[in-house]
Amino acid sequence: MAVPLAFFALFFAYPVVAIVGRGLTDGGQWQLGRFGAVLSDPDIVHVLWFTVWQAAASTGLTLLIALPGAYVFARFDFPGKQLLRAVVAVPFVLPTVVVGSAFLALAGRGGVLDELWGLRLDTSVWAILLAHVFFNYAVVVRTVGGLWAQLDPRQEEAARMLGAGRFAAWRRVTLPALGPAVAAAALMVFLFTFTSFGVVQILGGPTFATLEVEIYRQTAEFLDLPTAAVLTMVQFAAVLGVLAVHAWTVRRRETALRLVPASQTAHRPRGRGQWTLLWGTLAIITVLLIVPLLVLVERSFAGPDGYGAVFYTSLRSAASADSTFAVAPLDALWNSLAYGAAATAIALVVGGLAAAALTLPRLRKGPSGRTALVSRFVRGFDALLMLPLGVSAVTVGFGFLISLDTPPLDLRASWWLVPLAQALVGVPFVVRTMLPVLRAVDGRLREAAAVLGASPWRVWREVDLPMVRRALLIAAGFAFAVSLGEFGATVFIARPDQPTLPVAVARLLGRAGELNYGQAMALSTLLMVVCAGALLVLERLRPLDHSGEF
Amino acid sequence: MSTTSRITATAVAAAVGLSALAACGAPGGGADAKTVTLVSHDSFNVSKSVLSAFEKESGYKVRILKGGDAGKAVNQAILSKGNPQGDVFFGIDNTLLSRGLHEGLFSPYKAKGLADVPAGLQLDKGEHRVTPLDYGDICVNYDRGYFARHKIAPPKTFDDLLEPRYKGMLVTENSATSSPGLAFQLGTIAKYGQSGWQGYWKKLKANGAEVVDGWEQAYYDRFSGSAAGKAKGKGDKPLVVSYASSPPAEVLGKKPAPKEAPTGVAAGTCFRQIEFGGLLKGAKNEKGGKALLDFLLSKQFQEDVPLQMFVNPAREDAKVPELFTKYGTTIDKPTTLPPETITKNREQWIKQWSSLVLK
Repeated sequence: MAVPLAFFALFFAYPVVAIVGRGLTDGGQWQLGRFGAVLSDPDIVHVLWFTVWQAAASTGLTLLIALPGAYVFARFDFPGKQLLRAVVAVPFVLPTVVVGSAFLALAGRGGVLDELWGLRLDTSVWAILLAHVFFNYAVVVRTVGGLWAQLDPRQEEAARMLGAGRFAAWRRVTLPALGPAVAAAALMVFLFTFTSFGVVQILGGPTFATLEVEIYRQTAEFLDLPTAAVLTMVQFAAVLGVLAVHAWTVRRRETALRLVPASQTAHRPRGRGQWTLLWGTLAIITVLLIVPLLVLVERSFAGPDGYGAVFYTSLRSAASADSTFAVAPLDALWNSLAYGAAATAIALVVGGLAAAALTLPRLRKGPSGRTALVSRFVRGFDALLMLPLGVSAVTVGFGFLISLDTPPLDLRASWWLVPLAQALVGVPFVVRTMLPVLRAVDGRLREAAAVLGASPWRVWREVDLPMVRRALLIAAGFAFAVSLGEFGATVFIARPDQPTLPVAVARLLGRAGELNYGQAMALSTLLMVVCAGALLVLERLRPLDHSGEF
Repeated sequence: MSTTSRITATAVAAAVGLSALAACGAPGGGADAKTVTLVSHDSFNVSKSVLSAFEKESGYKVRILKGGDAGKAVNQAILSKGNPQGDVFFGIDNTLLSRGLHEGLFSPYKAKGLADVPAGLQLDKGEHRVTPLDYGDICVNYDRGYFARHKIAPPKTFDDLLEPRYKGMLVTENSATSSPGLAFQLGTIAKYGQSGWQGYWKKLKANGAEVVDGWEQAYYDRFSGSAAGKAKGKGDKPLVVSYASSPPAEVLGKKPAPKEAPTGVAAGTCFRQIEFGGLLKGAKNEKGGKALLDFLLSKQFQEDVPLQMFVNPAREDAKVPELFTKYGTTIDKPTTLPPETITKNREQWIKQWSSLVLK
């Protein structure tokens, strides 16, 4: 508990409070009257309304499209499943600048859909919504699907044997068990879309702006810290509100679940309905997720003289080029991996400890006296861990700059700043992924094992580890992938001689010319392959069949 | 074992493994009298050989810190003033200059070689708080192929852009989110004055000018003359607000080199951006900072500037590479505005522009 608390106090709360405080004070006096002035500005009201509206719509649409996918991945076996599971997570970690243009190539003017059916989405809010589905599909599939795969289908079968209809059995048995995971996924999607920055900027054109975009403009463009501080507080309050609702739903739905290895629950689709569901899901994934990614690959090979690997080979020669701008793709790749690994390590320690602390049995028992107080505190802490996802990168970045500036905490030029900032975004993923599983572990299993004579170590190895390991791996994979693709904070603090892949891509895209553009596409493709590779490795690490351990 | 320690054990085990992988990539930082730190924006580049020549000659090791785009980097410097991140700042331009001067970011220092910089670039001549280091122009670029195919002469001036024959051809950037977009707006303000620019934009909008948020999108996705826009004929706008150095960049790496760049520049639509560097007040290595500033204005660095950052050197006597002389356009009469005027009106102009053009 102490480690995660200290981590957040130092690397999140302190910098954010420093920058917000700077905006809300004037010569030591608090200027709270600014809230009224900013919040009555019709432009700001419009931004607020659009932010809420599009986030709600995006979340609904993502759940609608991705929940069947979560089911398919959890319950069906089909060739290439692991590869596909890795592929759908790739969009989530690609820089939005790159994906935005790939997405435009699909759904924009002259895009694939335009050529086929005259369908163009780039001028409407639909482009934003679909791009949000594109980015967040994996969140639902992984968060919900991960748990779904481990739910014992026999419970539902038992209910049906007892006379419940197919839907009733699902509603009474599976749905309540999935509740926390669905809520967690929905919450994450809502948070991401509520604070959406790149997608809205690229696909929304100048007419749509979210709160996050407005905070960026006020801070980075106008240095209007008072307005930015007010907006940051508003975003804070909104995110806290969402988290409160989430905590409430989770508490209502929490039950100890019977978890079984995923390999026992999945089977080849049976019957017409299941095959239709599988093919339907595959079709949606292809159109919505794979085609935009393929467009990216296609562009990376579309050289000036027809298709070829010219941009890739020029990347290799750029390595020897005499410039601090040019960066060898392998170097950027190595930087990305090193930062990502460090960030994952930090996120796992901080997030793992936090998740464990949140499931401590003594903190969750009894509504009376001190324990109730403690448990309320724990819930507050739970919400606090999610806050970094709801605070803009520019706020955190500027906060780092003005708060971590004196020794021994002058980290502004330290190598560790990048993984620290990335871990801040990774921790919530670790906590979110670990919590449902940890909470679902039935304490009686441990007691039973102990009664049967198992040593504490053996109890841990035979009971807890098999259940936690998978969640831990998924958490690590997510934290790692998020770090690989993280851009907002990294670009702020990455040292120029050690750019990550996304930073290198953005640098290339910032320059005119065919060569730069092609190289950017080639590097993006590389990033995509690495992300998919990393996620695929994690899928492989997962033991396929460990039923013998039970 | 409690649940906590169990999870701790697993998490720590995983973390140790990953850290071992990460640690190899983590050299220690640290500033000392032998290190001099340059703070800049993302676009800063220098040849490795030029930089190491300076390092060898001066005995200083140069550390470079970049902080996002130009505006963000300047604002970072303002937020950390008094306790700066480094010793020298590179890349505050004339649209942001007086904000930085007003905040007292810089200590005066007269860099060697200033005599070879034209007077027109020396905007802080009396006090030498900042030193002009390079300049570039933001202009409308046109797609040569498009205008040749349609047998129309490309536009040359701001006024031309209002002509019906260029209707619906121009794509530009949002002033609030894009620095080329803002520079183009400032160009129109310089040209038509504080009372006339809004009228100009009303007509420009009526003539079908389109606005997108960022330069990348305008140039790569919408402009028909860029390589990416040309692919499959996806770019549909033959006019775009970009840089005077974009045409040479389009030629970069092309073999064999073409006779002329695929794009051209409308020379009468340009706004000049001048970039400055200065010694940061509170610098820990002031002596090194002065040496670094001298180096930035040295002929060696100045001749390196065009191909590294796609802008022109500030020194008159610096040789410009063939890529620039052959495919670039020399802008004789760019528009510009005094930095104080820009700082005073910047926010208000952007707001006025937004409600005029975006709504």
